[in-house]
Amino acid sequence: MSETKTKPKKTVTWVEEPQLGFWESTFVPAIMKGLKTTLKHVTDRNTVTQQYPEQKPDLPLHYRGVHRLNRDEKDRVKCVACMMCATACPANCISIEAQAAPPEWPDRDKFPKSFVLDELRCIYCGMCEEACPVDAIELTHIYDLTGETREALMFDREKLLSVYDQTKDNPRDPVRTRRGILGPAAEFSSLPTLGPATGVPAADRSAKNPTAGVIQGNQESHS
Amino acid sequence: MPELLITLLTIGVVVGAIPGVCNYLILLERKLSAWMQDRIGPNRVGPMGLFQPLADGVKLLLKEDVIPPHVDKVLYVMAPALSVFTALMAFAVVPFGPVNDDTVPSFIRFIIAPNIDIGILFVFAIGSLGVYGIVLGGWASNNKYSALGALRASAQVVSYEIPLGMSVLGLALMSGTLNLESLMQQQVAGGFMNWNIWFQPLAALMFFTASLAEANRLPFDLAECEQELIGGWHTEYSALKWALFFLGEYTHMITISFLTSILFLGGWHLPFIAEATSAYPGLWLVKLLILSGKAFSFICLMIMLRWTIPRFRFDQLMELAWKVMIPLSLANLVMVMFCMHFEFSRWWLFVGSLALFAAWGTISANLREAELSARPGYVKRKKVAVADHDHGHAHGAHH
Repeated sequence: MSETKTKPKKTVTWVEEPQLGFWESTFVPAIMKGLKTTLKHVTDRNTVTQQYPEQKPDLPLHYRGVHRLNRDEKDRVKCVACMMCATACPANCISIEAQAAPPEWPDRDKFPKSFVLDELRCIYCGMCEEACPVDAIELTHIYDLTGETREALMFDREKLLSVYDQTKDNPRDPVRTRRGILGPAAEFSSLPTLGPATGVPAADRSAKNPTAGVIQGNQESHS
Repeated sequence: MPELLITLLTIGVVVGAIPGVCNYLILLERKLSAWMQDRIGPNRVGPMGLFQPLADGVKLLLKEDVIPPHVDKVLYVMAPALSVFTALMAFAVVPFGPVNDDTVPSFIRFIIAPNIDIGILFVFAIGSLGVYGIVLGGWASNNKYSALGALRASAQVVSYEIPLGMSVLGLALMSGTLNLESLMQQQVAGGFMNWNIWFQPLAALMFFTASLAEANRLPFDLAECEQELIGGWHTEYSALKWALFFLGEYTHMITISFLTSILFLGGWHLPFIAEATSAYPGLWLVKLLILSGKAFSFICLMIMLRWTIPRFRFDQLMELAWKVMIPLSLANLVMVMFCMHFEFSRWWLFVGSLALFAAWGTISANLREAELSARPGYVKRKKVAVADHDHGHAHGAHH
């Protein structure tokens, strides 16, 4: 009994279970209510599922699927074998063998003699795409990737180029390169601060930032 | 000799039809659950997935039949067979159409073993053997999850046998017979207002609930609950042995549904369409359809219930059996005895059932409060909005 006298600091909020009345104790109305809900769903036939192979899902535009190697306007592989993607890759799935560019290609020093990307090892994080200075490697919307052997999914240069041929006219996979301009990563002189994922109090100094995120006071005034 | 032939024919038809029906019940269950969850359900094999059961059957037949090395082989193989055997045996005395009826062609009989005077007793005796399939399966699997499932199943079935049997005892007292055919005949003779559900509504409710528990159906499927015990007693089973367990479960469901319709809902009787006095060609077919329809709607109700309400906790399950259903069925039995002895009108039983139901609700609501108030730091709580809403809803339904 003596323990109950020394009350600990109130840090935990106990929520009491609601008191059950007569009807709750008999279970019957609750079951009827449940049956009413399920019966409503049986009868309204409002299906939310997609019939997959016939009905393809609408993926978000930033979906990251199978890679492709872009071609430039002369149908050459755009890659300059700079190894940025292979370096950035956290899964270590890209292996490039560079070769000196032939003299008729004055705009570059190197090109990939072989470019092998292990699609099974890839984690589809998109860091190769971000790292590429010439926008040569891009992730497409192809998600239904299958193969019969592991070797079949080691995509080489020709295979990756053929993915480009397959997807370049798809509006969901636009070619993002502008010739003569470096990739988007080169455009920032300084990186903008990202808004915090959690809310900040309205009185806080950080709430006046252009990228303040969710300001808590605003929400409360609504409710 | 023709009697023997007819029996063999009936056995052949029943044993042939039940696996097919069970297969389609599984399809129905999958479809209904899909619709409840705004899905479509199996729709690839055949039109609207109608051949899905065939595909499932073929799959289960051709699948590798794994017998793990650590099991007790004899019991492991025996358990599914026992489960199906008992389920089919129990169906032997259940009439699944009009019986003792002159209009039925002489070579058709809608019961395998006619005129068994211990009818219900036989169903219960054999049906309760069904738990051996579960217990042996779980024990022989030599696996903790299976053993837990088997233990739960045995405790559960032992508990629910009692209310199951006692809820029907009142009926047996009233009708003076355990013979399922005569029970049906008596209700038919008396017409719609003589259906047993009018005199024993509480017993009907308890019988249905207890038989759900008997059949290990949700909300009482503690023995196999996937979320805590993987598959419970059938964790180690695969292919046809697993299918046999399911066959047993669904056969049990069919038996229960027929029993409930026969015991409480007047069998094949339906006002104006199939009365005791009505006579028109093809009446026996109509009667068959009515009885099957009643059983079918019970099966649908079981499926709906399975996908509607959550599973009981084990202590709640035991509480429901020992604190609620056994005392209630006992009180119900005493009530019937009282009424029979003093020759009161049977309609007092209806009133009495409602009174018992009300008493049960009041007692259990107050018991829970009393139990909670014994806890240290108990604060008397107000009724919350949810409870008020429920009360209003129920009140509305009552009118």
